This record gives sequence, C-alpha cells and structure tokens, in this order.
Amino acid sequence: MTQKKSKKGAWIALIAVLAWLGLVFALDQLIKPTDKLGMLLIVLQKGSVYALAAVSMNLLNGYTGLFSLGHAGFMLLGAYTYAIFTIPDKNRDTVYQYFHAVVRFSIPEKLSQGMGGFGTALGVLIALLLAGLVAAVMAYLIGLPVLRLKSDYLAIATLGFAEIIRAVFQWSKLGPVTNGSNLLKNFARVSKFKLELGGTKLSLSTFVPVLIATVSITLIVLIVNSTYGRAFKAIRDDEVAAEAMGINLAKHKMLSFVTSSFFAGVAGATLAMVLSIAQANNFKSAMTYEILLMVVLGGIGSITGSVIGSMLFVAASEWWLRGLDSGSFLGIEAPGVFRNGFRLVVFSIIIMIVVLFFRKGIMGEKELPDLFRRKKKAAPAGKEAAE
Amino acid sequence: MLKIKDLHVSYGGIHALRGIDLEVPDGKIVTLIGANGAGKSTALRTISGLVKAESGSITYDGKELLGQPIYKILEMGIAMVPEGRRILTNLTVLENLKIGAYLRKDKAGIERDIQWVYSLFPRLQERSWQLGGTLSGGEQQMLAVGRALMSRPKLMMMDEPSLGLAPLVVRDIFEIIKEINRQGVTVLLIEQNANMALKTADYGYVLETGQITLTGTGRELLANEAVKKAYLGE
Repeated sequence: MTQKKSKKGAWIALIAVLAWLGLVFALDQLIKPTDKLGMLLIVLQKGSVYALAAVSMNLLNGYTGLFSLGHAGFMLLGAYTYAIFTIPDKNRDTVYQYFHAVVRFSIPEKLSQGMGGFGTALGVLIALLLAGLVAAVMAYLIGLPVLRLKSDYLAIATLGFAEIIRAVFQWSKLGPVTNGSNLLKNFARVSKFKLELGGTKLSLSTFVPVLIATVSITLIVLIVNSTYGRAFKAIRDDEVAAEAMGINLAKHKMLSFVTSSFFAGVAGATLAMVLSIAQANNFKSAMTYEILLMVVLGGIGSITGSVIGSMLFVAASEWWLRGLDSGSFLGIEAPGVFRNGFRLVVFSIIIMIVVLFFRKGIMGEKELPDLFRRKKKAAPAGKEAAE
Repeated sequence: MLKIKDLHVSYGGIHALRGIDLEVPDGKIVTLIGANGAGKSTALRTISGLVKAESGSITYDGKELLGQPIYKILEMGIAMVPEGRRILTNLTVLENLKIGAYLRKDKAGIERDIQWVYSLFPRLQERSWQLGGTLSGGEQQMLAVGRALMSRPKLMMMDEPSLGLAPLVVRDIFEIIKEINRQGVTVLLIEQNANMALKTADYGYVLETGQITLTGTGRELLANEAVKKAYLGE
C-alpha cells in the first residue's frame, strides 16, 4: 500500500516540476528584462542559483550534520572551470589581456562546429558537469584530512580552505590559467541563450538557470530519500548508533561532502552564467555566510525551506528593498538620511525578527508534502484522545 | 558459538578487562552481571568492534572477530543494542528500523522483517510515523531492540536494556528477550538488575574489576551467597 502511495506522490511531484518549468519558460517570453517586472526574471535567475547552493549546503550541514563553511570556495572552482572552458577562441586574447592564455579550448565552440546549436548546448552541459567534477575532486582531496575534524574545527578548516582557494586563483603566477585578479568574461552566458523555432527566437535566459537548479535539486532530493540519505541522517543524529548499525562513517561523510561540493560547483558555474562574469573576489566568505543564512532562515534539514529561504532572500535584497537605497520605498519618498546602505539595516532587522520568531526557520524540518500529510494525521490522533 | 579467551582491553591507561574467558552457546541466554565500572560494557563494545582489544581472542563460529571492522562483525550476525538505547531521535520509527537493515540488500526480506518486528512490538507499528525522540523510554527500548533485530542477527548483545525504565516495563522487556530467544536468537545480556537477568538467563558470569569471579547457571548464581550479598541486596 505504501508503495502505491509513494508512486502516486512521485507522479504528482513530476507534474509539479514540469508545470513549474513551463511557467518559467512562459515568463521568460512574456516579460522583457526592461519591463517593470523585469526584476522578477533576475530574482528567478539568481534565486535559483542560490537555492541550489543552499540545498547543497543543507545536504552537508543539515542532513549529515557536518558544519562546513567552504561553500564559496567550491562555487569559485565551479565558476572558473566553467568560464575557462567556454570562452570562445577569438575572445581569449581580449579576456586574458595581461597574460598569455594557456587553455585555448572552448567546449561549446568545438562541439558547435560539428553539431550546430545542439552542440553548443551540449558543450555548455559538459562544461557544467566538468565544473561540478573539479569541485568534487577538490572536495575529496580536502576531505581526506579535514573530515576527521568535528563541528567548529571542521568549519574553521573548510573556511580556511575557501580563503586559500580564492587567494590562489588571484595569484598572478597562475594568470595564464585564471587571468589573475582580473575577471573572466565573454563566455557562454544566459543572455545569449536562445531557442530558434521556425524563425522566432525564444529567450532562455531565465529558463536555463532555473532548469539547472531544478534538475540538480531534484537529484539531491532523490539522494536524501535514498538509503544513503537515511545513513546521512543517522550520522547526524548519533554517530555511535550509526556506526553500530554498520554504517561506515568515514565513507559516508566523504560521500556527502563530495556530493555537496559537486552541486556547489554546478551552482558556481550557473552563477557565472547568470552574472556573465567570474571573478575570485566575488567568492568571499561573506557568500558562504549568505548561503548559510538562507539555509537557517528556511530551516536546517528542509530542502523546501532552503529553496523558499533563498528565493525570499534574493527577492528582498535585490528587488523589494532596493527602493530603500534610492530614497523611496513602495512609492513613499524617504528622507535623505535613509539613502545608501539603509536597505541592509532594514534587511538585518527583518532577519533578526525571523530568527526570533521562527527559531527553527520558516519550514523547520518539514518539507512541502509534510504540510498536507499533517492535516490528515491530526484527525485520527484527535479521535484517539476522545476515546 | 561465541568464545572469548584471555581478553585484555585498556582504555587510556586503564586496564578495563584483565583476561576474561567467556562462552555464549548457540540458542541460549547468557548474562554478564557486575557493578558499575566492572568492564561489562567494554566487553560488549570489544566484541562488536567499537573498541580495540590489547590481546586475547574472540571467535564466533571459529572465526576471529578481533581486528575486523564493525560492519563485518555485523554481517557475521552479531548485533548490539547499545547502552542508553541511542535511538535516532529525528528519524521516524520506520526509518530507525530501516537503518537497522542498512547492510542488507534483500528488499523483500527487509519488508518481511519489518512486519516481524511489528508483530513482536505492536506499539511500534502504531507509531511508525512518529519521530524516535517522541517515544517513551520503554518504547525507545523496544525500538532499539527492533532496530538490532532488523539486521537478522544470530547473536544479539544487549547493554543494560532495563536502564531507567519502570519495573513493569522492565518485566515486559525481559518477556520480549525470552520471546526473541525462543525464535532462535542467541542473547548476550549485560545487566545491573541481577535478579531479573539471572532469572531469565541460562548461564551467568559475574564480572568484578575486569575479571570473571563466578560462573554458573542462572539458578546457581541466584542461590550463591556472595552474589546474593553483593548484587541482590539480601
């Protein structure tokens, strides 16, 4: 019986995901970036990137109980890998203006020569996977020594790693690969993604990042609900009990760390795609804290929570509260003192209020389906009490 | 049959086990009683692979257990109900049971054994969607036993199952131990509650400061003057 139920649930989830993607695709066509609602597209693009980053962090911090703060480092690795392998050859020299670029190989360009538009898309996908793989391999190497540490010590070690990575990427000796502290640009980016159907060009600039995030988050959900996910949760709850049940602690911690970093790398690559630039300076530890904040706001151990948390965070900081800085908010003209940076003050107050009144985040540990399930379960429990 | 020979274990400078010999014949209930700090838990933890031994040997059906990783020992059919139950508090009852079957790959068998555990503990079935942490102490102990049974052990080791439970619940737990034993599972039981343990067990061992001082059938030990004085409070 339970099997039938979960099958039905899977179908509902699949239909919901397809409907969501369809909606985003439609929005992409209906709203022009210059419209008043154009901000919605930007929020969806950045929000989905951060949602993926937050969910991948949650897999490690929320589900496995490993408090790691190296996320920005892995995102940086992903962003650079993606950018380096998608800059078209003719743009190499203008991008690497102070260095002689060593990597002269654009995957989408090479593939488009044989297969046209499909080749470009495939090339972007391969570059994206490569970005994730580079982050994952690095996570494996870092994980060997670092995962022996616990709680705060692990957080400090991973934070240090992220800062080192950032410094190394800005090092001028590595300029021929990373372009030193200069930014990488002119690579495959969302504003260039178009679908040509019978002569009409359809914009994919919002659809692509949302699609990447949706597919990746779906994969993480499947991992969390698998036997591996259960083992992660067991390690989080009680390492000794998990070990006594035959769960190999080192192996599963590594698995969680590598998987989380893979998706962090993909998120970093998607971020580069959205922002059209990749620069090491953008991936400071502040970015990790932002993502951590989204996870905490949404609820540690809830994937739905992380998604809601990041969407709200991005919408508030990029859109709804933007007006505060320009001196008007929701049409109200604010005095001059409120300008420049007042947005961040209001934002911090809102976060404090949320943390005070929703101790466990917006969703706690619940997921979207739980909200429907609880109502059904409440009825028989009440009946029992009445008897 | 589990056989321990001249086992020495040290913890951070403390010589916790000073050469113990112990046998657990198949199909029996064997209990190890002793005061706090006598080394009972150390013995169990060493058998399950959580603690490394200094010297000696532990064999199960002729195979050496010392030096084997925990999961190998579990795969051989030795499961442990840890002290203090150690329920996974943020996982549901059903998830806790599935964690117990973590090393098994036979899905149909796991499904069947979940039903078997539910038949032993109907209360767990009622609460299968509840989080482990919301169960009462007795229910948590049932869940800990059920979880250990999910690995389909031939030998189940229990570390103080009566700890912190009301006398009536303790009686239930011991009834369950007997029932599990009747269904063919060998039991090695550690207890402070010497009275209940010796009444239930076929054989008993008394452990004092890392050494076995007395052995005998449960009945013999119950009648023993020294045991009466030290552990039964008579």
